[in-house]
Amino acid sequence: MEGKERLRMAITSLKLQDLIEEIRGAKTQAQEREVIQKECAHIRASFRDGDPLHRHRQLAKLLYVHMLGYPAHFGQMECLKLIASPRFTDKRVGYLGAMLLLDERQDAHLLITNSIKNDLSQGIQPVQGLALCTLSTVGSAEMCRDLATEVEKLLLQPSPYVRKKAVLTAVHMIRKVPELSNIFLPPCAQLLHERHHGVLLGTITLITELCDRSPAALRHFRKVVPQLVQILQTLVTFGYSTEHSISGVGDPFLQVQILRLLRILGRNHDESSDTMNDLLAQVATNTDTSRNAGNAVLFETVLTIMDIRSAAGLRVLAVNILGRFLLNSDKNIRYVALTSLLRLVQSDHSAVQRHRPTVLECLREPDASLSRRALELSLALVNSSNVRAMTQELQGFLESCPTELRADCASGILLAAERFAATKRWHIDTILRVLTTAGTHVRDDAVANLTQLIGGAQELHAYSVRRLYSALAEDISQQPLVQVAAWCIGEYGDLLLGGSYEETEPLQVEEEEVLALLEKVLQSHMSLPATRCYALTALMKLSTRLRGDNNRIRQVVSIYGSCLDVELQQRAVEYHTLFRKYDHMRAAILEKMPLMEQGGPQIEEAKASKATAQFPEAAHVPAEPQASKLLNLLDLLDGTSEDDQHPPPLEPSPGGAVVHLLDLPCSPPALVPIPNLKVFEREGLQLNLSFLRPPGTPALLLITATVTNSSGDDVTHFICQAAVPKSFQLQLEAPSGDTVPARGGLPITQLLRILNPNKAPLRLKLRLTYSHFGQSVQEIFEVNNLPVETWQ
Amino acid sequence: MIKFFLMVNKQGQTRLSKYYEHMEINKRTLLETEVIKSCLSRSNEQCSFIEYKDFKLIYRQYAALFIVVGVNEIENEMAVYEFIHNFVEVLDEYFSRVSELDIMFNLDKVHIILDEMLLNGCIVETNRARILAPLLIFDKMSES
Repeated sequence: MEGKERLRMAITSLKLQDLIEEIRGAKTQAQEREVIQKECAHIRASFRDGDPLHRHRQLAKLLYVHMLGYPAHFGQMECLKLIASPRFTDKRVGYLGAMLLLDERQDAHLLITNSIKNDLSQGIQPVQGLALCTLSTVGSAEMCRDLATEVEKLLLQPSPYVRKKAVLTAVHMIRKVPELSNIFLPPCAQLLHERHHGVLLGTITLITELCDRSPAALRHFRKVVPQLVQILQTLVTFGYSTEHSISGVGDPFLQVQILRLLRILGRNHDESSDTMNDLLAQVATNTDTSRNAGNAVLFETVLTIMDIRSAAGLRVLAVNILGRFLLNSDKNIRYVALTSLLRLVQSDHSAVQRHRPTVLECLREPDASLSRRALELSLALVNSSNVRAMTQELQGFLESCPTELRADCASGILLAAERFAATKRWHIDTILRVLTTAGTHVRDDAVANLTQLIGGAQELHAYSVRRLYSALAEDISQQPLVQVAAWCIGEYGDLLLGGSYEETEPLQVEEEEVLALLEKVLQSHMSLPATRCYALTALMKLSTRLRGDNNRIRQVVSIYGSCLDVELQQRAVEYHTLFRKYDHMRAAILEKMPLMEQGGPQIEEAKASKATAQFPEAAHVPAEPQASKLLNLLDLLDGTSEDDQHPPPLEPSPGGAVVHLLDLPCSPPALVPIPNLKVFEREGLQLNLSFLRPPGTPALLLITATVTNSSGDDVTHFICQAAVPKSFQLQLEAPSGDTVPARGGLPITQLLRILNPNKAPLRLKLRLTYSHFGQSVQEIFEVNNLPVETWQ
Repeated sequence: MIKFFLMVNKQGQTRLSKYYEHMEINKRTLLETEVIKSCLSRSNEQCSFIEYKDFKLIYRQYAALFIVVGVNEIENEMAVYEFIHNFVEVLDEYFSRVSELDIMFNLDKVHIILDEMLLNGCIVETNRARILAPLLIFDKMSES
């Protein structure tokens, strides 16, 4: 009964050929799976029965199925059995199975070590070949350590077939167990004398691996550089006659390997580099470049020349070769040329510059990977002399390039413009053009940079605002462009309307058109919330710049007071309040922005803090128009630089004037009224300070400054500003007035609030400006003799 | 170092796969589908080298079969491109005008040939006669 069953099994189980036919015949994935599952069941049963004759066939089928992606782990033990069998066909399939199924993580892995050891020592070459092959693919660190001596012995075997495999197995062993390098280093010298190319190839790979791993080996192998040069020379000169030539080039694979090794040996080492120089020049000039094989060798040569300490002439030769590659019609060659030139552009900039026109040609490639490389290379080649031509080309490219390259191209152009712009006007033009072409792809800080740039170029305000207005009128969809245009129109709207600027076409713009355009931006569904905020603020600013009445603006602002977007709503409400209650301050609040400091994120914060700082005060406390200037004074003690709109930096007074408050006797904090202090007197004008520490808030100090005039002339336009060290907080309330009539007229009083949470010594600097006796006076001084009760 | 060697046909069926660095089986199928997708989407105009994750792919098309080799950065792409053609020429000589069916039905022999040429990701032998010599001996041995 059993025999019959076995026979039936043998008949129904398919040969590999038939299995493949069946799988091919399956029309759907499900059908294929069915066939395979049926077959796997047979295979499993057969393995269980342990039929030795057909085992290899079953495993072969299993491996095929495995290649298609189905699980095959139940075949692992069978691999072992097959490897152990004496028949060659069994061993063959077994080792193949081991390579495919048994990797390091499987438990059955170690079990093949013994079999391999036996096979290696038996001296049958094909078997040894198989074993070495498997060992080099799946050998784990343990196995390598066990079998290292065996492999070493095989390195010296007479048969080159085994030797070449043994060498490469050694490479694998070194990768797994670096300590084994000691064993494999000595035979290398002898192996280099080989004539057999297979062994030679393997040896070079071995030496390369050794040198990669240890600097000591690197020094050791520098000695063989002359020998390598010799070998390469033979290959190059007698190329055609050997049996390894491929399309006329003598064993290009070996040449490439030797060149790579020479590169490693010659790096940072003058002596070796010198030895190689002539040879490299010879290879570079003599290799036949009509076929791919020659080009492969040439490419490797170029890489080697660039990496070692080669003579200058040789480097130029290498760059020229790459330039020639660029002109080649074969795409592959152009690709490698562009990649290498990219690597070289840092070190040999001028040599690469000569090939600039060809690189620009490559921008027009339909292949995305080529055009990307060409783009990177072009951007790297931009310098101050060619920036105009290059940006022209790059902008042409930007219009037609695929979307994944647009962002890079746009930011590249902007960066290049920033670094090399000859004139501000050209810079602004360039950025404008980029924004119109690829507005949605630019980086976020492009808007900030552009506004900064325009703000700084005073003479170009009219020009920029006109250009931006025309651009905006055409297209309101590109958000960065709209934002910048809105800001500009808001700031310089008066320049847009008044007169004509010679270089652009005369642009007649009506007020109503400008307002209509900004309203359109506000209403468009394409605008981002941030853009609408820009537009609203711009509208608001125009209320002071334009001459007409502001009804339209007021209307728009009040409509947006009920907008759903919270940010927009808040602004609209604030602006509306400005119209209603604080109309007298509107002009001052909305005056032109001062030039911002360089440097990205701070600009945004400064703008935001200035904007928000003004409005809460407008809502709660009637703030002075000079609120912004006062806030800046807080930094004066640190001496930041401003332009001449602001007062010059106040230097901290030399140490001697500082009152040594620590010398005074320490008085307990009492509610003793603090004495008044006269701080300033000049020609009858006197400034007194009186102090008050409210009992409930120990950190708070209230100073009332009183200005009296006993002279014969009025004091007008009196302004008092104060500054304190950074750890304090200062708030100046509005003065009662700015005029002190003569001869004891009504004094001006002003309240200063100082918060001193750290109880640091108080220092106070005052700046007074006023007109007296027909002259304008400015005084800056630090208040000395501040009573210690003011801060303790 | 060569990381993997694939032969995939236009329908995405793998005809030969050899990995020289360990990769799980589900990752392998994923890799193969992605690789064939990127190769199929290239036109004749474009170059044969693609960058894919941290490999470089070098592919060549022969009729309906794509041979794709994945290497790491230090390999010379053009040498590998030449190697692919060398491999195909060896197959051509052994099978006399090789076709996809030959490869499918004689997968083990193709593996042997590949093992003779590539060992652990390094090229070991490129001479046609020397590669095929052991194989012809094996054939004689297995027949007997």
